[in-house]
Amino acid sequence: MDLSYSEEHQRFRAEVQAFLKANWTPGSTKPTPDEITAFRRKAIEAGYLYRGIPREYGGSEQAPDVLKGQIVREAFARAKAPGELSGVGISMVVPTLLERGTPEQKARFIPPTMSGEVIWAQGYSEPGAGSDLASLRTRAELVDGEWIINGQKTWSSLAHKARYMFVLCRTEPDAPKHKGISYLLIDVKQPGVTVRPMKQITGESEFCEVFFDNARTPANWIVGARGDGWAVSKTTLGHERAGFMGNAEASVSLFDKLVDLARRSTYLGQPALQHPLIRERLAILQGTVLAARYSGYRQLSMMSHGENPGIAPMLNKITASNIAAEIAAIARDLMGDALLLAPDPASGPVGSERWTGQFFGSLGMAIAGGTSNIQRNLIAERGLGLPRDNAGANE
Amino acid sequence: MNFLLSSEQHEMQRAVERYLDESLDTVALHKLFDDESEHFGHDAKLWSGLAELGVFGINLPEEHGGLGLEMIDLALIAETLGSRAAPVPFIGHVLATLAIAWAGSDAQRTRWLPALLDGSVIAAAGFTANEGGQNAMSWTVPGAPHAQLFVLGLQGGEVALVERDAHGVSVASRASTDRTRRLGIVTLDKAPLEPLPGAAAHADRLRDAALILLAADAFGGATRCHEMAVAYAKEREQFGQPIGKFQAVKHQLADMVVAVEPARGLHWYAAHAFDHRERDEAAHMAALAKAHLSDLYVSTARRCVEIHGGMGYTWELDVHIFLRRAMFDHAWMGSPVYHRARAAALAGW
Repeated sequence: MDLSYSEEHQRFRAEVQAFLKANWTPGSTKPTPDEITAFRRKAIEAGYLYRGIPREYGGSEQAPDVLKGQIVREAFARAKAPGELSGVGISMVVPTLLERGTPEQKARFIPPTMSGEVIWAQGYSEPGAGSDLASLRTRAELVDGEWIINGQKTWSSLAHKARYMFVLCRTEPDAPKHKGISYLLIDVKQPGVTVRPMKQITGESEFCEVFFDNARTPANWIVGARGDGWAVSKTTLGHERAGFMGNAEASVSLFDKLVDLARRSTYLGQPALQHPLIRERLAILQGTVLAARYSGYRQLSMMSHGENPGIAPMLNKITASNIAAEIAAIARDLMGDALLLAPDPASGPVGSERWTGQFFGSLGMAIAGGTSNIQRNLIAERGLGLPRDNAGANE
Repeated sequence: MNFLLSSEQHEMQRAVERYLDESLDTVALHKLFDDESEHFGHDAKLWSGLAELGVFGINLPEEHGGLGLEMIDLALIAETLGSRAAPVPFIGHVLATLAIAWAGSDAQRTRWLPALLDGSVIAAAGFTANEGGQNAMSWTVPGAPHAQLFVLGLQGGEVALVERDAHGVSVASRASTDRTRRLGIVTLDKAPLEPLPGAAAHADRLRDAALILLAADAFGGATRCHEMAVAYAKEREQFGQPIGKFQAVKHQLADMVVAVEPARGLHWYAAHAFDHRERDEAAHMAALAKAHLSDLYVSTARRCVEIHGGMGYTWELDVHIFLRRAMFDHAWMGSPVYHRARAAALAGW
């Protein structure tokens, strides 16, 4: 066990820090969008962002090195410098197209997605197909060189702002349920597509229902072969669940904020951080948070040494969800009457009521991208080798 | 950055595993567990075989006869012994050995270390004296029924060596929850004490070493409990199918592994910090690891009993042996609540 970085990695970190010092001043004035775009371009040129993506598609095309990726994320986060764009376009569509897309699809869709010009929405879940996603019924038929799509999708985040969707459709109605699905790319801005934002538990509207009524998309906007969409979608789900270090470090930093909240809160008439009950609960949680951190280190080390990390990565999502829920529970007790206040949508949260958002958000974590109960099925069947049942992990 | 064990560490762990799997099958384990003879469940052959592997002095410098390795290497041995519920007086013996190596005089080291490292003398440690003694002082000491030498904590932070055969020393065995680590009450009545001169300077490190070894034992045991529960759920059939096909059972087993698997890094890091970090951070991590892992061990062992149903509640299965070890790891050297309070203070809260 050696927790120091090698000479090469120390040199790399120094380089990244020097780059940030020269190119990013975390000033008092808010940077303009143009300044942010210009900074990202430089960071890509220097080889720090989108390391796994070829240069021709807007990436920096670096040799895979999970430690360097981690060094960049840490240094950028510390300098509060803009990192890679977030969103399903970057995290799901780009990796899927790189692996399964045609040259035309890559050329057409990847560069504008990388630049942030084009926003994507996911079209997976349906009102009747949630955890049991493979029973989806939105259908697409090939008619005169075009797919004609009919059906309904739901929980499509940011569909009201998106230009394109990646949609799982049933194209082979006679095939077994996992084998009859195709992965289509669809232009949202067309008459056959209606997007209706849904108001969420937080009061905000991020996800949407999307209705397809004879919507159209070109025959060659299919990723992978007909009927192969389930496998294609697994490439993307894998990408969504990766980020083991990200999860754990996000938990650590949220925990630190919770300790800060305790530092400025009162609990049962006493400074909260001095109250034995709060200290005990924080220390219990810190055990779990640090265990997640070291598990992340171990997974990172195993991957960088070409070893298989086994069951550990399957546990990351539920671990992060459990931690977020416990953080929410402690924050709720620290907030006192601030829990009665909803953040003002106009001004945003100003005081402890910002933790109301974390309270709701922690529930979202336990549902989005595979509910915690589905995670338990996956862990039990794929990780522990327990016999499958009907509701179990899909093929 | 490499949060992995070296191939030597893997090899050492595997060697101890192999040794235990060959010499301690479940029948042998139960026989020692049930032993009511004057040996109190101690198997001299099992013990000397362990000594031959060189594990007692693993993190002692070579000039003291050790292997010159680190606390993590010793913790990995504790993890393996925990995973097999090995009925050996390991933890008290190595703590006493470390106390003499770190805090003893040259004469004390020369006199005791060779025999402690080759296992021909068994030592046991008791850091806190029992309360309420009138004229005599007494300690409740795991491994005392087998030990010839005691390292005992005195009032005022002193630590002293006491030989079992000295006048004024008596050892009464006590019925023990964990019969793989039998307790004895060591009572001194004007017995000769030989203080370890460096005790005050090393008291914190000794405590942290104990906490790390308990945490490591707990991780090994919790992992084994989870494995036993998974294996049983695959094999036991009810309602015409393995019980592991029922979602309720699956989800319990998944929650167990979510709790257990990531936690290995806690005692690994605590052991690493012991040799490589500032004392405060090392003490914080040792306290947190002992609290977290001993709690985890108890809850995992309880769930393991539940998964085994009625069989889990019998004396026949191994499961209760692990549950009892979990109770030992939980209680000895301070409860999780106590160590979390310490951890909170050490975190600067």
